[in-house]
This record gives sequence, C-alpha cells and structure tokens, in this order.
Amino acid sequence: MARYLLGRLLSLIFVLFVVSIIVFSLMHAVPGGPFDEEKGRLPPAAKANILRKYGLDKPVWQQYINYMSHALRFDFGIPFQQPHTTVAALIRKTWLVTVQVGLLTILVAFGLGILLGMLAAQYQNSWIDNLVTFGSTLGVTVPNFVIAMWFILFFAVARNWLPMGGWGSSGQCLFGNYFCSDWILPVVAYALAPMAIVARYTRASIVDVKRQDYVRTARSKGIPEHQVMSRHIFRNAQIPMVTALGTEIPNLITGSIFIESIFRINGLGKFFVTSTLNRDYPMIMAIFLLIAVLWGITYILTDIAYTFIDPRVRLGARDS
Amino acid sequence: MAADISTKATSQSRSFWQDARKRFLRNRLAVFGLIVVTFFIFLALFANLLAPFPYDKADFTKVLLMPFKDPAHPLGTDEVGRDYLSRMIYGARTSLLVSFAVQGIALLIGLPLGALAGYFGGRIDFVMVRLIEVMTAFPSLLFAILIISVVGGGIPMVVLALSITSWIGIARLARAQLLSLREKEYVSAARALGASSSDIIFKHLLPNALTPILIAVSFGIPATIFAEAGLSFLGFGVNDPIASWGKMVGVSNAYVRVYWHLALFPTFAIALIMLGFSFMGDGLRDALDPQQDLS
Repeated sequence: MARYLLGRLLSLIFVLFVVSIIVFSLMHAVPGGPFDEEKGRLPPAAKANILRKYGLDKPVWQQYINYMSHALRFDFGIPFQQPHTTVAALIRKTWLVTVQVGLLTILVAFGLGILLGMLAAQYQNSWIDNLVTFGSTLGVTVPNFVIAMWFILFFAVARNWLPMGGWGSSGQCLFGNYFCSDWILPVVAYALAPMAIVARYTRASIVDVKRQDYVRTARSKGIPEHQVMSRHIFRNAQIPMVTALGTEIPNLITGSIFIESIFRINGLGKFFVTSTLNRDYPMIMAIFLLIAVLWGITYILTDIAYTFIDPRVRLGARDS
Repeated sequence: MAADISTKATSQSRSFWQDARKRFLRNRLAVFGLIVVTFFIFLALFANLLAPFPYDKADFTKVLLMPFKDPAHPLGTDEVGRDYLSRMIYGARTSLLVSFAVQGIALLIGLPLGALAGYFGGRIDFVMVRLIEVMTAFPSLLFAILIISVVGGGIPMVVLALSITSWIGIARLARAQLLSLREKEYVSAARALGASSSDIIFKHLLPNALTPILIAVSFGIPATIFAEAGLSFLGFGVNDPIASWGKMVGVSNAYVRVYWHLALFPTFAIALIMLGFSFMGDGLRDALDPQQDLS
C-alpha cells in the first residue's frame, strides 16, 4: 500500500512537471505578449518597467523556474486581467461557484442514476428498462451544450418558467443566494450525461451480480428479497460504480466550460475560456496545474476506495 | 468421398465479413445510424450543389428572417442575412471534414507508434506509457483550447489541435492489443519460420488487432464531431464565414430569446449526427465482435 501510494505520488509529480513545461512553453512559443500595444501606446521605458515588474524581461527558462518555485508555495502570481488581486484568490472565488454546481450535479446524477439503474435491473427487459436504456443512450450521446440549449428554448423561451442563466443572480432563492430557480437548468443539463453513465453501470453490474451463485444460494436459504437486494446484490454491484464515480468526479468539480458559458455562470470553466482568450499566463498555468492535481488525487482516492469496497483488491500487489 | 466433403464445406463457408454484415443489418438501430450517417455524408459531399445559396452570401435586407416565412429561405436567415438552410448543409461538410481528417491522422500516427511500443517494449514503450499518463491527466478539450489559443483558429488548426490529443487513444489501444497478441502461438510459429519483425507486425499482428481499432475509430468520429462543435461553440474553432453547427449554436445564444430557429436547427443536427454515428458504432461493435457476451 505505502509502496503503491509512493509510486502514484511520483507519477503525479512527473505529470505536473511535464504539464507545466508544456503549458509554459506553449504560452511563450508565439510572438505577442499580454502587453503588446494594440490600443494603448506605452512609452518604451514604461513598457520595460511593466515587463520587469512581471518578470517578462528574463529568459524563458528563468521565468519558468521563478514561477515554479513560487507555485510550490501556492503563490501563483498576479493575473494580468485583474492586477489588484492574486491568481490564488481569483481561483478560489470562481472555483467556489464551480464546486457548488459540481456537488449538486454529483448529487442529482448519482442519486437518480443509481435509482434508475436499479429500477431498470429490477424490471429487466420491461418498458421501464427500455426507457432507461434509451434515455441513457440519449444522455451519453447528445452533448450537454445541445441539451442545455434545448432546455433554454423550452423552459425559458417558449414557456417562461425558469431563468435563462445566472447563478443566484436572477430568480427566487430558498436561502439568500443559495438554491435558486436559476440553479435548476444548469444542474439538470449538466447532470444528464453522468446520470446516464451511472444508470448504465448500475444496471449492468446488478444484472451481472443477480446471476451469481451466491445470490441464488441466499434466496434458497429464505432470506427476504429486500435483504438479498441490499446485502448481496447491491453491495457487490458497487464495485463498478466506484469506477464511474472516480472518472466523473474530477470532471464535475473542475466544471463544465460549456454549461458555465451557456448559462453565464462565473465559475472556473468560463474563467478558463476568458483567461485563454486574454493569454493570461499565470491564470492558465494555475488552472492547468489545479486540474492535473485534482485528477491525480481522485485517481488515487478511487483506487483506495476499491480496497474498502472489495477486500480482494490489494494495492501494489505484484500481479496487478 | 473426400472430394465430396470438401465441396460441401466450401459451399457453406461464409467469411467473417459476410457474417459481420449480416449481424449488422439485422440490428435496426445500427441500420438507422447508417442511414443518418449516409445522409450527412451525402450533404457534405454535395453541399455546393444542394445548398440554394453560398454559405457566405449575406443579404443585409433580409437579416434574421424567421423560418417558413420566405420561400427562398425555408429555415430563415442568420444575424447577417445568410441563408440558414445553406449554412446547415455546409455545416455537415465542416463537421465531417474535421472528424474524418482527425481520425485519419490519429490512425496514421497512433497505429504505428502504439504497435512499435507494444511489440518491442523497452525504451519506446517507456516513453509511450509516460506520454499516455500525461495526456490522460486532464480533459483533452482544455489542451485543444490551449493549442488553438496559441496557433489561432480555422479548420487546419482545429484538425491539428484535435489530432494531437486523439492519436494517444489509438496508440494506447494498439499497444495493448499487440502486447497481448505477440505472446500467441502463431507469432512464435512465424518467428520460428524466420519471419522478420516488420512481417510479424504488419502481416500477423495488425490484421488481428484491426477490429478493436476499427471500433475505436467509429466511436472516435462522433467524439471529434462533438469536440469540433464544442470548440466552435466557445469561439475557438473554425473562423467566420465557414459554417459550423457548433459556432451557429454559440452565436445563437445571444439571439435565442426571439430568434429560436438559430439555436434549434444546429443543435438538432449535432444531436442527430452524434446519435447516428454512435448507433452505427454500437452496431459495428456487436457485428465485429461475436465472442462478446450478448446479455
């Protein structure tokens, strides 16, 4: 276990190193910096001063080392777009919104997804099963910005039931700025695809477990059906669901660029787009590092979760 | 007697591909997918003949016409007065051009590199595994956005950005296939007979690894259609005046309150083409992989 964790951690550090180099060199590969004058005409002395302030007058490798040594202390510098704050503060502010969207989406996607998958498996090959299977095909295949647009067309344009966008800014809320009517469309549109995946995984694994000998044995011993379901079937069907959870969570908490753009939610995803358009190096770098760290950590946590759910799994064993 | 048996055996034999075609055509959803895909390929190929107007012809006297009002513009016009039906038809061309080009490039780069890594192992494999590790560390769409923000938009650049991220998937698959296939008896037999490494890879291993790779490509195409539409939707994809469904959806966002048609038609086209390709891919997988559990 310790050996495994050490290996994973080393791999994560390697990935972070490569990602930072790729992003850094890509951002510096092209002519044109953030202070190239298009509108404002700066005197050369003033421009040199600004470049020195941001360290842009040094050679690229020195800028990189300088940046990384600060980044290790969680100092990601000053964003070019908003010089009066720091990158870390700006990310914290926008990520807070994204995490709200993500957590609610996870709740909806996994709650409903597991429920639907269980229903489909329970009534296998009935119309419920067919409906869930068809719906999950749609949810997985149709891109979420398309579904989001349909939601807007129907619920906001054709019927004036829900607001078109925003996050706690337009519409009635349950508490202060939380749980507002404008939360519904983005969360549902965002949740459909992971919900479809979870429903599929749940159905497939329950259908698989139901055929196992130990389930038949449990039934023949006279154990009540709900206990067979909860103790024998569902417990073992959880294993593939952890895989689904592990792959979806990093996606959901780093936010959807599409959902945030289409519903005008000021989260990390939308911010990434504006940062890229403005070539805001410190911001882009920090967002990429954040995402790589989050993905790496959830990967490790998923593996650890396996060992809890399935005692047969041993991390770091020779054969795995 | 012996001749009798052999003629009987040959008269009943069916090739793997005949079997696969039969299985595919029995699958109703797969056939539906095939029809949809054929329809869009037809639109893309003959866009210049089918479209009533050029995709970039703007008529400033007919800006933002609603659909079904003007017989000359059955789907209305967009915010600068371009015929929406024509732009929808040309959108199919953009979408399919990008996705076929990206998958083609991914195959050309990923297949040989993955095959070499899987067959020879050693240093090539080490580098390949590290590359895969890095590329799977976060969403490939973010990488594509970063690359396009550096090199600029336009169809060739979108193809470049998406190819860089998608060849890894093919390489990973080819590597895994060859890793398991190279231990088979027929490979040892071929080696014992003195076949060279390139003969073993190209004549024995790759043909046997072909079906899973074919299936991966058939799912890679809708994934690329989604990526192109997504990039264009965000403003990182193809440039004006080239028609792209994703960009049409992105632009429509500002007009959607009144001019609903600007959003509805391209979203419908994206959903339909994605469904068509994935139904076809599912059918292909079921038809080409008869060993799998069909529960």
